[in-house]
Amino acid sequence: MTPHMLTRSLDRSATIFLAVVAACGILIPLSNLLLPAGSFLQVPTYLVALWGKYVCYAILALSIDLIWGYCGILSLGHGAFFALGGYAMGMYLMRQIGTRGVYGNPVLPDFMVFLNWEKLPWYWYGFDMFWFAALMVLVVPGLLAFCFGWLAFRSRVTGVYLSIITQAMTYALLLAFFRNDFGFGGNNGLTDFKDILGFNVQAEGTRAALFALSCLALIVGFLICRAIVSSKLGKVLIAVRDAESRTRFLGYRVESYKLFVFTVSACMAGVAGALYVPQVGIINPSEFAPGNSIEAVIWVAVGGRGTLVGAALGAVVVNYAKTFFTSGMLAPYWLFMLGALFILVTLLLPKGIVGTFNAWWDSSKEKRTAAASVSAAAEDGVTEPKMAE
Amino acid sequence: MPAHLSARLCSLALSLFLIAFALPAFAGPFEDAVAKFANDDFSDTEEAIGVVAGSGNPLAFPIISALQDGRLMADPDSKKVYVTGADGKSIDAATGAAVASVPDSASAVRLNNRLRRSVDAALGGLTLQSPDVGTRLQAAQSVFKSHEETALEAVDAALAKETSRSVKTALGEARAAILLFKSDATEVEKLEAVATLKARGDQDALALLTGMGDQPASVTKAAASAIGSIQSSLAVWSMVQNAWYGLSLGSVLLLAAIGLAITFGVMGVINMAHGEMVMIGAYTTFVVQEVIRTRYPGLFDYSLLIAVPLAFLVAGAIGVLIERSIIRFLYGRPLETLLATWGLSLVLQQAVRTMFGPTNREVGNPSWMSGAFELGQITITYNRLWILVFTLAVFMILLAMLRYTALGLEMRAVTQNRRMAASMGIATSRVDALTFGLGSGIAGIAGVALSQIDNVSPNLGQSYIIDSFMVVVFGGVGNLWGTLVGAFTLGIANKFLEPVAGAVLGKIAILVLIILFIQKRPRGLFALKGRAVEA
Amino acid sequence: MFSKSTHDIAASFSRRGVLAATAGLVLGLASLTGAKAADDTIKVGVLHSLSGTMAISETTLKDTILFLIDEQNKKGGVLGKKLEAVVVDPASNWPLFAEKARELITKDKVSVVFGCWTSVSRKSVLPVFKELNNILFYPVQYEGEESERNVFYTGAAPNQQAIPAVDYLMKEEKVKRWVLAGTDYVYPRTTNKILEAYLKSKGVAQEDIMINYTPFGHSDWQTIVADIKKFGSAGKKTAVVSTINGDANVPFYKELGNQGIKAKDIPVVAFSVGEEELAGIDTKPLVGHLAAWNYFESIKTKDGSNEKFIKDWQAYTKNPKRVTNDPMEAHVIGFNMWVKAVEKVKSTDPDKVIDALPGIEAPNLTGGVSKMLPNHHITKPVFIGEIKANGQFDVVWKTPGLVAGDAWSKELEGSKDLIGDWVGKKCGNFNTKTNKCLGSGS
Repeated sequence: MTPHMLTRSLDRSATIFLAVVAACGILIPLSNLLLPAGSFLQVPTYLVALWGKYVCYAILALSIDLIWGYCGILSLGHGAFFALGGYAMGMYLMRQIGTRGVYGNPVLPDFMVFLNWEKLPWYWYGFDMFWFAALMVLVVPGLLAFCFGWLAFRSRVTGVYLSIITQAMTYALLLAFFRNDFGFGGNNGLTDFKDILGFNVQAEGTRAALFALSCLALIVGFLICRAIVSSKLGKVLIAVRDAESRTRFLGYRVESYKLFVFTVSACMAGVAGALYVPQVGIINPSEFAPGNSIEAVIWVAVGGRGTLVGAALGAVVVNYAKTFFTSGMLAPYWLFMLGALFILVTLLLPKGIVGTFNAWWDSSKEKRTAAASVSAAAEDGVTEPKMAE
Repeated sequence: MPAHLSARLCSLALSLFLIAFALPAFAGPFEDAVAKFANDDFSDTEEAIGVVAGSGNPLAFPIISALQDGRLMADPDSKKVYVTGADGKSIDAATGAAVASVPDSASAVRLNNRLRRSVDAALGGLTLQSPDVGTRLQAAQSVFKSHEETALEAVDAALAKETSRSVKTALGEARAAILLFKSDATEVEKLEAVATLKARGDQDALALLTGMGDQPASVTKAAASAIGSIQSSLAVWSMVQNAWYGLSLGSVLLLAAIGLAITFGVMGVINMAHGEMVMIGAYTTFVVQEVIRTRYPGLFDYSLLIAVPLAFLVAGAIGVLIERSIIRFLYGRPLETLLATWGLSLVLQQAVRTMFGPTNREVGNPSWMSGAFELGQITITYNRLWILVFTLAVFMILLAMLRYTALGLEMRAVTQNRRMAASMGIATSRVDALTFGLGSGIAGIAGVALSQIDNVSPNLGQSYIIDSFMVVVFGGVGNLWGTLVGAFTLGIANKFLEPVAGAVLGKIAILVLIILFIQKRPRGLFALKGRAVEA
Repeated sequence: MFSKSTHDIAASFSRRGVLAATAGLVLGLASLTGAKAADDTIKVGVLHSLSGTMAISETTLKDTILFLIDEQNKKGGVLGKKLEAVVVDPASNWPLFAEKARELITKDKVSVVFGCWTSVSRKSVLPVFKELNNILFYPVQYEGEESERNVFYTGAAPNQQAIPAVDYLMKEEKVKRWVLAGTDYVYPRTTNKILEAYLKSKGVAQEDIMINYTPFGHSDWQTIVADIKKFGSAGKKTAVVSTINGDANVPFYKELGNQGIKAKDIPVVAFSVGEEELAGIDTKPLVGHLAAWNYFESIKTKDGSNEKFIKDWQAYTKNPKRVTNDPMEAHVIGFNMWVKAVEKVKSTDPDKVIDALPGIEAPNLTGGVSKMLPNHHITKPVFIGEIKANGQFDVVWKTPGLVAGDAWSKELEGSKDLIGDWVGKKCGNFNTKTNKCLGSGS
């Protein structure tokens, strides 16, 4: 397989992916809003919310694939960045409640009122403004990733050591956010949202818009990732993934490359979290749970590490399986199926769904090309003059 | 007081009484009081205890000890109260006359906590001169706790006769406690009491001294200096206590992590199902205890000894099975073992949930694992002590196994250079299976020990998996000594932070410290050296 | 679970095979399963975690609802229709709770949902129930400070559990010093705030109150138990009020027992430890420690209703050792209230049922009759039980009558003027001082 063919096959799947996401992003909201409820083609609001959640997960998976698939950084704490972005958005949504909280306090969120907080803690300032919250969605995860990465990559913490300390990071944040003294609502988290930018969060129109926005974010995120991995920078990243020491000896400042891509990835995860919260209606510390981060890594593996498209696909497939298996007769047994899915994918599809498909496509294409070149050789005389033009 | 002992005492007293006092019943306050037991009212019961204990009636001891053991039966209809002996014979509590049988309508007189304290105080006064040393000691201690003025005479009388040194000290302390609160005790007596309590020097003494109320100036001054000295000695002891708690927590961490140190540290398999192996060990213990409970109740104290090898075999066998069916296809792809074993852990959890139900299962502590003893001013519980000993034993055996047995040699060879080992004639796939089985088996053993201090539920494993990974990574992957030092360092650091920062913040601080530490030493405390590092 | 019939398992296995084969056709399957809505049954949603950390408590409640539906169908169902349970597994995952609630209401079209255990799961589904206007029966004791139109709270509010328990300890055990130990989440925080205010109003000094919080699933209690011991040896009678949650209780009680803290020295009164939790512990060292609930399995009733319930339950689950507990009783009361309300208005329309429910009475299992109040909480008796060696409780005290649940605590500054009244004021958080319905109201 030549590098040329590799890019071409990726390009093809990337085009299909972008087309599908764009179509979903436009058609699903339109069908939900314009078609009469209950008609065959109408997508019910319940599904819009559900798929909106999947799309956010897909963005998270994409961000993990960027660092794991292309730079070999296995983060078992990416859920932390996702959750931080979510909390930033949640804080904005909390401030938008205003006097409509159960205690009618114009400034303090409900959980602060009944725990007798006197005034708003300083870190809540500014979150009543959307632009500030939106900035924080990027800045907070980005800054954490930058500081964490700056320490870790400079000290050349790699491999499982890095994985485990990212896990320690998300676990520490989990414990911290559980604390009620921390000022983020403890275990109950932030909930009971009313408005976003003046629109009712629960209105069908808002849901449809959020869904379309999530699809847009997925497309933008995908394009950014593509741009990174197909640039010269991306080549260095792959070199770091495959032989870090060798790349360093060649004179590249490996830690700077890693730090850059890690921070970008964290910002993406933050955006995913920010879009997730208004659609799900709650953000709570369990998003920091190490298990969630591990699961996100598994989505990427199921879809195909290092393919970008696969990461997004894996997130949707695994989460759809989860939704599907947790209802009905199967509910008591769904963990068996989910567990079996992970085991079987690892054993039978080591490259994930998309990776396996690409490999199969390319090998069959090679055969076809081989066959074509045989026939082309036969028609050699006919084609040559045209080439000459 | 242990039930069998008091039962024996009680039947002894009963027979003595029946021989010596074949008296007709004497109507009076004693009888009225006994009848009150039948009212099923806590206040009435308390009153009755006071009257009966102070009556001087030889029936007082059998009645009150029967009350303590739930053998005092009362018939609410006839207001008759009966004492049933451990031998099944019963007497009428008011008269002492033997009765053929207790009517069915009678039920045991109920107690609540306040009454249990009254019963203890009453029995303390009544058993100060018991022939059994243990009983006397206990009696003296309960008098110390209640320090009722009325018991002073009995204490003095007992003190005069007492021969055992430890009981004598306890009686002296009980006497001091009484005198300290006695309003008409002389200043000299009180000063002596303060000195006695100062010598005792524990929390209880401190409590008495701080709570003694108005006293003559000299006594207050002496007490203040006693309080100061007790407090400073207790402060030292609390450091010792923290260190002990740290060792104990460290041993639990080590036990949970040691199997992982093999599967992850030595083999490089990121085994997310490690916690579930621990869980399987705990459930094995549960099954063993269930079988023992129903078939051979006499063996209960040996249940853990039986469970340890079984848990090793069960978890080890499952480990070998997993290695043969899943892990062996994934060597050289460590991150994918994470994926498969995570799926496996979900399956195992749900399998256990389906088989044993989602709720906690009861695993009892054998008698040698229950209770505690005092060492100086700290309490050391037997279960923690045994777990520490057990953990160290497992660690040593494992170390010896790796160093001195053929299998250990082969394991080290395979992990250091698989191809070289294979070309030397080692059956690497067999060694792989056995190594994974060994790691899993040790996790199973850990489950036996953890079942003694934690829940036995399908979630058991999950609560240890993250901590285990932290320990192994902190100590340095691939180094058993690192795991040992890592576990105890984290345990002790945690326990010294906890009183200062609280349990939650303490844990957060530990995690942050681990993250920072790894920056300083990116390969853990005991880093492996050589070419294997970069592989 | 042992009781699961082999038929079910076989059925699910074959279905699993089919599923694995068709995993790709995800969208098509979704519409297929959603399409079969039978009109001759009334659907009842069951939203309890069957996996994950909360499965330990919630699975029993799922079984309880299935049992109650079974019993009701034997009596002919409701309004001449059979009841049909729709069971989903929100897997102890809070966003999944919201998703599953939405699915139950919009896809399965259930008439009512029985579910949730933790407060966060309730908070997570709350917006869904408001938006889609359906009914949730919530069966667990909780921190209060809530009264929503779509939710009916059949568990205890703090004034139906915590305050009577403290009263008991003060009167009966003469407790002067208090340790408030809890897991660090909202229920213990709020309960302890309420208790702290209440104790201070009774003249307890600040230095006689020790408050301690631990993380979820805390398993190393050595330091805290030693601290409690130290705090308790200051010469005043001390008690521990425990709002320690779930799994952390077993190691806590084991450590208490091993460090020799006897109930007669320092009693512990717990609000989250019932028969089900004790089934996993050796209770001999715990005899005398207390729990406050609105129901105990050991309560004898004159009409034998509790005894009959236990017998039927054990027969249904085919397990003669299966225990009953307080949240189960809450579901029994809630279920019967819902049935009565539906029969009263002859409809399962949520609006009609919501309006009909306040005032509905249903017998509880301890011989009394509970009533749904305008604030959507119910009246309940309060019992204090002592742990016995056999894992059951011996009731040592009970309130003379039924206690009405307060949605808003009178002890907290922020809520002392608030009431919930969905009958007269049509408002869950009505300020009686300003005569205003606060916030968004309905």
